[in-house]
Amino acid sequence: MSDTGTAARQPATQERSFGGMQARSSAVLNETARISVRNLDFFYGDNRALKSINFDLPDRQVTGMIGPSGCGKSTLLRVLNRMYSLYPGQRASGEVLLDGKNILDDDVDVNELRAKVGMVFQKPTPFPMTIYENIAFGVRLHEKLSKAQMDERVEWALSRAAIWGEVKDRLNTNAMGLSGGQQQRLCIARSIAVRPEVILFDEPTSALDPISTLKIEELIDELKRDFTIAIVTHNMQQAARCADQVAFFYLGELIEVAPAAQLFTAPQHPRTQEYITGRFG
Amino acid sequence: MQEHTVRSYGEELRRLREMIARMGGLAERQVADAVSALVRRDAELATEVMARDAEIDALEREIENFCIRLLALRQPVGQDLRLVIASLKIIHAIERIGDYARNAAKRSIVLAQQPPLGSLNGFQRMAVLVQEELKGAMDALVNDDAARASEVWASDQSVDEVYNGIFREMLTHMMEDPRNITAATHLLFVAKNLERIGDHATNIAETVYYAVSGKPMTEERPKADSSPFAVVRPPA
Repeated sequence: MSDTGTAARQPATQERSFGGMQARSSAVLNETARISVRNLDFFYGDNRALKSINFDLPDRQVTGMIGPSGCGKSTLLRVLNRMYSLYPGQRASGEVLLDGKNILDDDVDVNELRAKVGMVFQKPTPFPMTIYENIAFGVRLHEKLSKAQMDERVEWALSRAAIWGEVKDRLNTNAMGLSGGQQQRLCIARSIAVRPEVILFDEPTSALDPISTLKIEELIDELKRDFTIAIVTHNMQQAARCADQVAFFYLGELIEVAPAAQLFTAPQHPRTQEYITGRFG
Repeated sequence: MQEHTVRSYGEELRRLREMIARMGGLAERQVADAVSALVRRDAELATEVMARDAEIDALEREIENFCIRLLALRQPVGQDLRLVIASLKIIHAIERIGDYARNAAKRSIVLAQQPPLGSLNGFQRMAVLVQEELKGAMDALVNDDAARASEVWASDQSVDEVYNGIFREMLTHMMEDPRNITAATHLLFVAKNLERIGDHATNIAETVYYAVSGKPMTEERPKADSSPFAVVRPPA
């Protein structure tokens, strides 16, 4: 969960200790931001879906995004890899800085951006091709690898996504034959195969059974050592389990962002309190 | 604060507060009756107090099970989580208060058979003070009142002051006449019991403060118990 070095860097202002969890949470405050969102507004036509959002995705940490339907959390996720550019009438203003570069600028190569910022969706979306090709397909768009290098990359991605053991003997069978949970891990493998910096998860387990869900959560915990992760979820327990920091959105506004242990024990904002405890009007 | 979307959950949390308030009320009465038994030399009342302690113990078990059930089935977070965790701590403190009251009642039976040892006003005063603390802490819990909890937390000093007076008085009685030693020793323990009850009441207030406000009490509580350093010299 955390090393003692992290614990030693706890800020003096931390009000209450949560054992090891507190050290993990305080690390959030110390790490540098991988993505910084500044004064972000987003419009679906005339409808302002995000209002002056300011917040950071800390490097190699998991940021959970929660809030009622229509609060803007999925919209924000879609901004982070310019998914919205596919649709006319949708536009963003403000800044989303990835490695110091504003990804909202017109001169950004969105294909390159999406290799850096991968996305995993609610329903598993494997391509109707072999397991091997599902991984190799995306890699080929960005890199020229020899057969041996590609084999190695496929094994690496599948291993990191904790599915290698289950599929290594049937890499050339169709991916559609995998179970839902396996398909989702395959999609995660596909995202990490292009070696992104950030992975966005949009409700990655809402179509999965509890055991597959736990496997994905365990995987997210594992992946955060190398990747910066943002996860949108309707399952608050999931946000509590997976995330280092949690952001609560309501009606297009970011209401509160705090270390998970703090947000779920003593949230600062009454709206957050009402939402997480189930007192929402 | 808005109502819970799931009404039965809101009702369960309300019921939890009610049960704790009932348990606290029972403990208040035990303290009052234990001291009445002492002052009135009423062995019958003392026996009643001792028997009634089982009710507090039973309530503790009932509330504890209720909290475990809430944690398992509702997975409370935020203020609800704080309330459930605080409840588990509070019922333990109330249970201890019940034990101290029972012990005081038990000693009052022996004391009733000893010659009286001056005025017991200090004991009545202490009983009133710790009952007020306990009541204040319970009110703070039921009404989500952090300010009230904070008041109770800071008010234990006067209990300590009365206790110091009793401590010196008892030492003096013992020095005056060794035949006072049995009664004075029992009375010292009764005073100590009341003093501990006051401490538990302030702990409850501290827990309530956290449950209501989300912030832990960080300052050192004001204390005035100087008896650990007290020396009384025999008359020359």
